[in-house]
This record gives sequence, C-alpha cells and structure tokens, in this order.
Amino acid sequence: MADAAVLAGPVPGQPVRAVRSTDQQIVIAGLVIAGLFFLVALILPLLALFVRAFQGSDGRFVGLANFALYVSTPSLSVSAWNSVWTAALTTVIVLPIAYCFAYALTRSCIPLKPFFRAVMLVPVLAPSLLPALSMIYLFGNQGFFFPLLQGGTIYGAGGIIASQVFYCFPHAALILMVALSGADARLYEAAAALKAGRLRIFATVTLPGSIYGLVAASVVVFTLVVTDFGIPKVIGGSFTVLATEIYRQVVGLQNFNMGAVVGIVLLLPAGVAFVLERWAQSKQASVFSGRAVAYVPKPRAARDLPLLGGCLLVTALLLGVTGMAVWGSFITFWPWNMSLTWANFNFPNFDSAGWGSLEISVRFALYAALFGTAIVFLVAYLLERAPRDSKVAPVVRLFATIPLAVPGLVMGLCYIMFFNDPSNPFGFLIGTVAILSLNTIAHLYTVCHLTAVTAIRQLDPEFESVSASLKVSMWVTFWRVTLPICIPAIIEIMVYMFVNAMATVSAVIFLWGPFTKPASVAVVQMQEAGFSSAAAAMAVVILGINVVVKVLQVSAGGTVDRLTQAWRRR
Amino acid sequence: MTMMDTVAVTSQATATPAAARPGKPYLVCTNVGKVFGSFTALRDIKLTIQEGELVSFLGPSGCGKTTLLRAIAGLDPATSGTITQAGRDITGLPPDQRDFGIVFQSYALFPNLLVTANVAYGLRGPDWPRDKVEARVAELLKTVGLSEHARKYPAQLSGGQQQRVALARALANQPGLLLLDEPLSALDAIVRLHLRSEIRALQQRLGVTTILVTHDQEEALSVSDRIVVMSQGRIEQVGTPHEVYRTPASAFVANFVGRAGSFLAQVEAGSMLRVGHVAFPAAAAARLPIGSSAHVFVRPEDVKLGEDARSHSTAFAANVTHVEFLGAFSRVSLDVEGMRLEADVPQERLAQLRLDANPRQWLTIAPDRVLAYPIARADG
Repeated sequence: MADAAVLAGPVPGQPVRAVRSTDQQIVIAGLVIAGLFFLVALILPLLALFVRAFQGSDGRFVGLANFALYVSTPSLSVSAWNSVWTAALTTVIVLPIAYCFAYALTRSCIPLKPFFRAVMLVPVLAPSLLPALSMIYLFGNQGFFFPLLQGGTIYGAGGIIASQVFYCFPHAALILMVALSGADARLYEAAAALKAGRLRIFATVTLPGSIYGLVAASVVVFTLVVTDFGIPKVIGGSFTVLATEIYRQVVGLQNFNMGAVVGIVLLLPAGVAFVLERWAQSKQASVFSGRAVAYVPKPRAARDLPLLGGCLLVTALLLGVTGMAVWGSFITFWPWNMSLTWANFNFPNFDSAGWGSLEISVRFALYAALFGTAIVFLVAYLLERAPRDSKVAPVVRLFATIPLAVPGLVMGLCYIMFFNDPSNPFGFLIGTVAILSLNTIAHLYTVCHLTAVTAIRQLDPEFESVSASLKVSMWVTFWRVTLPICIPAIIEIMVYMFVNAMATVSAVIFLWGPFTKPASVAVVQMQEAGFSSAAAAMAVVILGINVVVKVLQVSAGGTVDRLTQAWRRR
Repeated sequence: MTMMDTVAVTSQATATPAAARPGKPYLVCTNVGKVFGSFTALRDIKLTIQEGELVSFLGPSGCGKTTLLRAIAGLDPATSGTITQAGRDITGLPPDQRDFGIVFQSYALFPNLLVTANVAYGLRGPDWPRDKVEARVAELLKTVGLSEHARKYPAQLSGGQQQRVALARALANQPGLLLLDEPLSALDAIVRLHLRSEIRALQQRLGVTTILVTHDQEEALSVSDRIVVMSQGRIEQVGTPHEVYRTPASAFVANFVGRAGSFLAQVEAGSMLRVGHVAFPAAAAARLPIGSSAHVFVRPEDVKLGEDARSHSTAFAANVTHVEFLGAFSRVSLDVEGMRLEADVPQERLAQLRLDANPRQWLTIAPDRVLAYPIARADG
C-alpha cells in the first residue's frame, strides 16, 4: 500500500460534488424568497427615493440640480440647521440625566428599582407627541405655567426640545442600562486593591466601560429627534425642522423631487448613526469577556440617597407630564371649564373617522406584529442555519441590517414614491392597511432581527446536525426545539412591533389613506383642528392599549414560562 | 502507512467477540482533502476502518481530526477524494442520507425535551409505533444506566449523565457508525476516566464501528483498537496503541504520544549515534544515512539509573538537574554532555539512589528503545 502511494505520488483526490440535502435546499429557497421580500419592501423603495432626487418634476434626469436648489433655498437650509441644533441640544440634556438614572438602576442599592424601570418605559408606549400635548397644557397660551415664560412661547424650539427630552429619555436610559449592567467586578476589586479613590475608579473603570453605550445612546437620541414628525408638528409653530419640511414639500406642495432630496438629507444622520452604532457595538462586545464576574453593588448612603432623590424626581416628571395629558383628556374645556367629562372620548364628534382610526391602528399593528414576527424569526433562523458556502445568505444578512439606518419617516416617503408609481404591480397596496403594516415591519426590522439572532445563537448550533444524523428534518427540530425555546424572544419581538406601530406618527404620516387613518394621525389632525382635549384623549387611548399589551406580556410571561420554559429550572 | 492493513487488535487484555472478529473494511477514505477558502484543512487522507473497530483520531487542536470526522458525517463534506461506507460512496451526500450516530462535545441535547423524548427523537415514522418507541427508549436508558432519570430535563442531569443520554440518542437507530467528537473533554477528570471505559465496554458489547476524536492521548491509548495520529491536516501514523507508543512513525508522533526526552545527534557507522564526544548504539540509527543529523527521543521509563547501569555496554555518566515529584514515582531530569534525558524512578528506588548526595549518576538505555528520526523529514 505504501509502495503504491509512492509510485502514484501525491495524487489529489477527485473533486467532490456535494449534494445538498432537501432541508438545505429549502433553506436556500427560503433565503431567496426573503431576498425578494427585502427587494420589494426595502431596496427598491430606497432606490426610488434616490432616483427621484435626481429627477426633475417631469421625470428627466437633472443631476444635482435639486440638491443645489435645496442648499440655496433659505427655508430648507434653515430647517436642516434647526433640526441639527435642536437634536444636539436634546442629546446634551438627555444623556446626563439618562446616565444617572441608568447608573442608579444598575450600580446602586436604591429601593423601588422595578417601579422606576416600569415608569421609565411609559414614554416608549405613548405616541411621541403626547409630551408635546402635555407641554401645551402646561406652558401653552392657556397653560398653567404660561406666566413663567414671561411673554415667551412654548410653540417653537423650546417646546420641541422640552418634549423631545421626555420622548427620548427612555431610549437613552435603556441603552445605558445595558452598557452599565455588564460590569466586571474584578476590575473594581483590582482598582480598589490598587488604592484608587472612588472618583478615580469612576473615571478609569466605569466611564471607559460605558463610553460606547454613551456613543450609541447619543446617536439614537439625535436620530430620533431629527426624524420625529409628531412633536414638531404639534408644538413647532412656525419653527420648521426637516421632518415637517419634508411633509410640506411632499403633501403640501406635491414636490416629490425636493421631498426625496430632504429624505436623503434625513438619511445622513441616521447613516452616520448606523456606522457609529455598529462601531460602538463591536467595541462593547470586546470590553467584557466571558469570564467576567458580575458586579454587585453594595449599599452606600452617600451614593444611594442622592441617586434615589434623582430617580424620584425623574419619575415624578415623567408621571407628571404623562398625567397632565391624561388629566387634560378628561377636562371639559381647558382652562375655563375644568370639570371632568368623558365627552372628549366621543371621537366621532371631533374626527370623521371616529373610533375607526383606533380600529385601523390596532389592525395594522396586529398584522405587523403577527406577520412581522413570523418573517423576522424565520429569516433569522434561515440566516443562522444557512450552508456556509451560500451566496444568498450574506446578501440577505446585509439587507436585514439596512433598516436600522432608515428612519420610519423616510421609509414612508420611499414607500409612496415606489408604490405610487403607476407602473408598479404592487400599486394596489397604496391606501391599504397592508402597506402600513409592511412599512412598520420594514423600518423596525433590524432591531427585531437582532433580538431573534441573539435568541437563536443561544441554541447549540449542532441541534440541526444531530437531527440530520437521526434522519429528522430540521423543520421538525425547528418546531419541536427552536420555537419553544425562543418563545420569550418571539413574544418580545411581537410586543415591540405592536407597541411601536401603535405609537408612531412618522412612519405612517405619508402612507395612510382616506379609509386607513391610524389613531396617531387622528391625534395630529384633531390637535390641528383645535380639539386638543380630544387629541389628548386619543393619545391616552393609544397609551392605554400599549400599557395593557405590555402588562399582558409581563403577566402572561409567567404562564408562558411555566408552559414552555419548565426545562430551565434545575 | 504500513500499519494500515494491520488486523484490528484490542488494546485490552481480554479480547471480546466484537474486537476479535477479523473485520472487513467498513469505512474507506481515499485521497480525501478539505479546503476552506485558501486554507487546506485535510490533505490526501488514506484510511481504512474495519467493521466493529474503535478508531481514535488523535492530534493537537487544528490538526484536522474534527474536520475529518465532519467530512465522514457529511456535516462539512470533503472537497476532494472519496469516502465509502459499507461499499457505498457517501463523499458528497448530505448527513441525512448517511448512516451514523453522533455525540458532540456539547452533547447538543434538546434542553426543552425530557430525557425520553431526547432519546426517542430519531425514532419516528411508520416503523416506530408508540409502544415500540417506548420499549426501545427503556432498553437504551437501561443500557446506559439512566432508567431512573427518564422523566427529567437535561439541565437536571450531571455532565456525565447528559453525555450518556447523548450516547443513547445516537445509538437509538442502531447506526452502522458511531461518531464521538471529543465526547469526554467537558467532564471532570474522574468522571472522564469512568465514562471512557464505559463507552469502550458498550462499544464492544454492541460491536458498532466507532470513531473517537480526542486530543487526550491517554484516552486514545486506553480505549482504541487503533489510533490515527494527525498533524496539520495529514495522517502521521495509523496503528494500535502499542505500535503508536512503541514505534512512532515520525518525530511528531514520538513527541506527541507519550513523554520523551529529546535531543539532536549525529548518525555514525555501525548503528551509532553521537552527541559531543559520547557515542552510543541505537537500532533506529541503522535506517538513517551515515553523517546525517537525527532527532532522538527516549521515553522516561526506558532510562535506567543506578550503579548497576555501569555494567551495561551503553552506560553514561549524567548530572541530575531536577527532580519532579509525581506521586508513585519521580521524574528525574538528567544531562549527559548536552543530551537532555528524563527518567521515571519509583520512590523506593529513588531513596536508594540518594540523588541529593550523589548528583552524578550512571544511566543506561537499551539500544532498541532509542527512537531516532531524520531532521528534515521528506513529505509524503
């Protein structure tokens, strides 16, 4: 045998033609379908935006003419500057508060942590313009504290920033809590053993450990403010920002080309944010190794008491602002008749759609939650289990991360430009509930995708190998093992989709039709028509539905865990 | 490569029916290669595994042993060559069209399914009515000694018990080939020793052809019929544990399997090796060209210390440089004119030698126990 080998020399074996199993063929087919879905729901609409920006109103190619016009039109460049500085100022105000709040919840021994955590989430569940409605009640021309403004007005930059601070606070705090919760106790022990003081430990261990969280939180806040439509619409007055300007160009002036230019300008901060956040995430991962020992704070009054005071103040403000809108929704005629009434909830009196807008909102949010979660989870699973040499998988993976850089407002604009095109076979979707759901799924996609991927990565990658060796299809394993284990993450994604779909104004403002007006749009319209109490009432109903869903999630979580997660207990 | 056709011989004293049966070729790898991008993970693997054998793939991490196992399983198919199992070409087939059971290092037990459901996972379809499945699962759990843990979830079991569930699950369909990918490395040392002899006993009882991937040479030596020593994507040697340990085919094998003191020497006429002005006979030197340099290995148990060593034809005077206490014996490091040697000395003998008083000792090495290899080994 050895002789034969010597005689033949090192003959390379004949190349192998690997046969794909049925399961793998289905995975690849599924990924191709997912790629087509992204093409229609994301890529082509985005391309439509870029094409429009370089076209004249007659559809001819005009090069950079639209951009030149944009820069030279004072009203447009002013709105861009306004967006930038209000967003920057909001970020500067929100971050220190959110940092202290997150620090208190993760690194101190204050009581009431679950309460603080729950209250913190309230602005996430409410439509973004709810704080703006409260600000009008408090500081508007008929507001409680109007005299404090000494002749100034809440309508404008001040009102926008004040409202945005409330709206953005939980988003920043959530990110910072994640960044601060991953501390390695050993670093603190080492620093203390080296006789470093508290300030020095904070400056050399805590701050560097959370710096990437701070970067991520600031870009998220900045992007949220720049792309939010509801707040500036309600409280901006004559102070124009990009989000309101894009609306005026497209809906008011029917200038889709200039709208596209503004849309691209709006993609810039989000694009920068996207790159920065990816960078921050890659750094964050490398800070804490798998061997880290979790930091457990010990009680210390000098730290805990001021933090407790601060948290109480923040939650009081959050509850106060939200409570103001709730209270306002029950008031007969602000500020002259302060008696309480249910009349403001009789929506047919104020808006042609009446309660119908809520039905639309719940329907499209529900569809987005059901179909969106199914799509997100299935695609994430296909991506994680794709054959290593698959050429479709990297493309689909890239597509799945793009939505993070596309704000809901811009996505909505892309959608009307793409689907409104007479030659588009999907044009029938315009003005349907389906397009509202599709847009919600598309612009929330990445966050949900990352949640799903994280959940799937916790599973042993050899589950499918084992089932293949046992001649069991991977779909049986998906059904019997993967899905049951991932139920908590799936519910999380569903609730996230639903709650965001209910609350968003930005993502639906371009897409609603005469028969599909969502409740959040009704809020804006009723406010514009002067029915502020009815607007507040509608916003409160949206908040109420979201709170109920969230509470259901938490309370049903126990039951679901008992039924599907019994194996986690030792 | 000449060891390849050796009839399977059990390494254990008691030959069982499965191992004693002269096997016929069951799994044959011919010129198997695997390339990941520009990295060649396996090159020109030629290997024949007999029916009923337990063969270990042994080597350091990154040597290609797991890659070869995954190519055999079809989880990452080979890129060149052919693999046949029971006469059937399986090289490019997906895993579900092959006939094997596998146990991973992580066990990959389904955490949300009971032990019984895990074991019964592959028992589906019209061939497996419910009562037949139940009977089979009960039988398997009895085989691996877990009958009383049937109604538990994997997380409620110890690592060793989980390992046995994974084994029962892999054996449920009575596969022709059992693949074990570092099945013991996640376990405590004591459990590991116990389980490896259990796996060996079970394998011999069932007579299932088995491949064990391991980086633990002691594990490979103790349970295998034959060992495949691998390095850098190649097979260095295939042989019984005794052959691999006693007559390593290359310097790599001599160094990787078992312990050895090593040094460089010049090959001289008359089967002699020379270091400095010390020359000594070594049977292995006869195969090397005279005047060339050789890489020499001597196992610690082959170095005999003491005054009586002086009477042997090959005796050296050595300086004791270090003594390491290892319980039943001590490992003595020695220096002979720049040759670094080690000797394993039982404690009783060590007391007689009184090394602290006599740091200069006589030692002898049997000429047939010296392992010598050319420095620049020709590939192939």
